[in-house]
Order: sequence, then structure tokens, then C-alpha cells
Amino acid sequence: MLVSIYRYNPEKDTAPYMQDYEITIPGNRDVMILDVLALVKEQDSTLAYRRSCREGVCGSDGMNINGKNGLACITPISEATKGKMDKLVLRPLPGMPVIRDLVIDMTMFYQQYEKVKPYLENNTPAPAIERLQTPEERAKLDGLYECILCACCSTSCPSFWWNPDKFVGPAGLLQAYRFLADSRDTMTQERLAGLSDPFSVFRCRGIMNCVNVCPKGLNPTRAIGHIRNMLLTQQV
Amino acid sequence: MVNSVTNLGRSGVYDWVIQRLTAVILALYTLFLLGYVLATPDLTYDVWKDLFSCTAMKIFTFAALLSMCAHAWVGLWTISTDYLTSSAVVRFIFQLVCAGFLFTYLVWGFDILWGV
Ligand code: SF4
Ligand code: SF4
Ligand code: FES
Repeated sequence: MLVSIYRYNPEKDTAPYMQDYEITIPGNRDVMILDVLALVKEQDSTLAYRRSCREGVCGSDGMNINGKNGLACITPISEATKGKMDKLVLRPLPGMPVIRDLVIDMTMFYQQYEKVKPYLENNTPAPAIERLQTPEERAKLDGLYECILCACCSTSCPSFWWNPDKFVGPAGLLQAYRFLADSRDTMTQERLAGLSDPFSVFRCRGIMNCVNVCPKGLNPTRAIGHIRNMLLTQQV
Repeated sequence: MVNSVTNLGRSGVYDWVIQRLTAVILALYTLFLLGYVLATPDLTYDVWKDLFSCTAMKIFTFAALLSMCAHAWVGLWTISTDYLTSSAVVRFIFQLVCAGFLFTYLVWGFDILWGV
């Protein structure tokens, strides 16, 4: 099978280029892209990519696979090639600076994440044991807390490409809503005030690329809609 | 919180509301004009002049004109901050040109409307 991979080593190369590899998959099985990368690495040990858990939990191996962002470890070849099993094109996640080969610099992504204060804030005295939630209140966090910060969504979002320093992006906004929706958080007003400018939330144009690629099946666009409604009901 | 002085409502929420509200006004105006043209078999100069001499129509037209300017400003401002990010000078010049055109349309439109 032909695998074409984006290569760039800033210490040696003046410009990025695509390198082709011909690999044989033992038993012609439908393995994951991460297994394909391991086979390529046996041929060429200079290839760099991130990976850790190899089961879609850590979020380190987000990359652009045949044009669509996804996690290499849980994307089978058949899915990436739409059943044709012919050719794989692997590139780093788009829109972010490349450190080397498939490894990108995620600083801007994390800065946006940090902006939304992704932790519980409560200014009431701490109870003796713990802050309780009803099962209904807890249910509101489903579909929000599961994010593994793989950046597949934000790096597929045109608004994030144009303004990665100003638009929080789908991943950050999903977390912003996760804490806005949490009954134990008391900083709702402050959180909303920090999001009401023309960029942080309102750069979302509802293109839904984020929903299309999220490997965990989450829906950032819906969360963004909820934030917008909260802002509207508060400020109109 | 990201600030911008050239943005119309100085807030994403206001811009969002302005954009939707003006879109509704523009849609109503377009539909009305379209309906009027279709429902009037012989549309002569006098009929057209009578329509625009009525104060209600002047108010409606002026509201549509204002909406067009606000709607276009929010949209063009967004475009300029999406695509003209490498140079603030280029972005500002683009915004000035847009503002110049919109202001001209507004005054010119007002002039035509009150000349009827
Ligand atoms: S829906 Fe919004 S956040 Fe998601 S990809 Fe589109 S513009 Fe980006
Ligand atoms: S929302 Fe989905 S795609 Fe985006 S960072 Fe979280 S897990 Fe990844
Ligand atoms: S290696 Fe952990 S998500 Fe793929």
C-alpha cells in the first residue's frame, strides 16, 4: 500500500515535502493508521509523530488522514480510504505551526483552552464533605466532559485558522460551556462577560467542521449555540 | 475578552443581534417591493412616485437603507478581520473605504428619498 507522508525537519529541510512509502500490511488486515505509521517507522526511523495510549484516550495522535482530521490509533485504513484500501495521505493537523513531520506546536490551542478557565470556581464556603449534584444536574455535563483535547476540531475550523489568537475555537468553547452548565460553578456571569466580545464565541459561523471530525462524537457547535443563547438572554 | 474599536456594537452579542434584526428588515422590504411590483400590472412613473411619497413608505425605505448599512458594516468588518490579519494598516484602509461607501449610500439614499 502507498503511504504519502508530510515531512519537514526545520534543521535540515528548507521546505516541507511529501515522501512516499510502499508498505506491506501483514495478512492484509484492516489495521489502524497508527499501525501503518509503525510499519513506516521500521523503514524510516527519522519519521516523527506523537502517540501514547493507542486507544483513543490520550489525544496525542490527531492528524490529517486523507484530508480529514482524526486520531490515527482509532481510524482503520478502510475508513480513511472509504473502503478502497489504496492510498493514504498523512499530514499534520492544519493551521498550526509544524515542529517536525506530523508533530505540531499546540501552544495556541492550549492558550485558548486556558482562557476559558477550565476548572470549577465556587466562591461559597466549602461543605464538610462534597458539593452534591442531582442526577439531572450531572446529566447536563454529558457530551461535554469527554473531550480529550486532541485538537482535531479546532484545527479543522476555518474561523480558528484565521484567528487562532482571538477565537477560542470549538474545543475551548465546549469546555467553556462544560463549566457554564455545571451547577456547582458560581462564576457564570464572569465567564459569560469574558466571552461576549466579537471574537471569542461569535466567530463561530456554524460550519460544523468540528462536529464532523470529533473522534469522541462530541458536538461543539451545539455547546456554542447554548453559550450564545446564554449571552443573549443575559444581555438583550 | 478581545477588544476592537472598529467593530459596530463593540460587543459580539450586539453585532449578532444587529445582524439578525437588519436581515429581517431587509428581507421584509425586499419581499414587499417584489410583491408590489408583481401585484401592480401597469407600473407607471406616477404610481411609483405615489408609493414613495407616502410617509410610511419613506420610513420603511429609510429603515431598509439604515439596515443595509449596518448589516454591510458588520459583515465587511468580519471579512476584514478574518482575511486581512497580516497588516493592521491594510485592514484599516479597507474599513475606511467600506465606511466611505456606506456613508455615501446613506446620504445619497436619504437625498433621493426626500426629493420625491
Ligand atoms: S461550527 Fe463553529 S466552531 Fe465548529 S468548525 Fe464551524 S465555525 Fe468552527
Ligand atoms: S471536542 Fe472532540 S475533536 Fe475537539 S478536542 Fe475534544 S475530543 Fe478532540
Ligand atoms: S494514541 Fe492516544 S489517542 Fe491515539
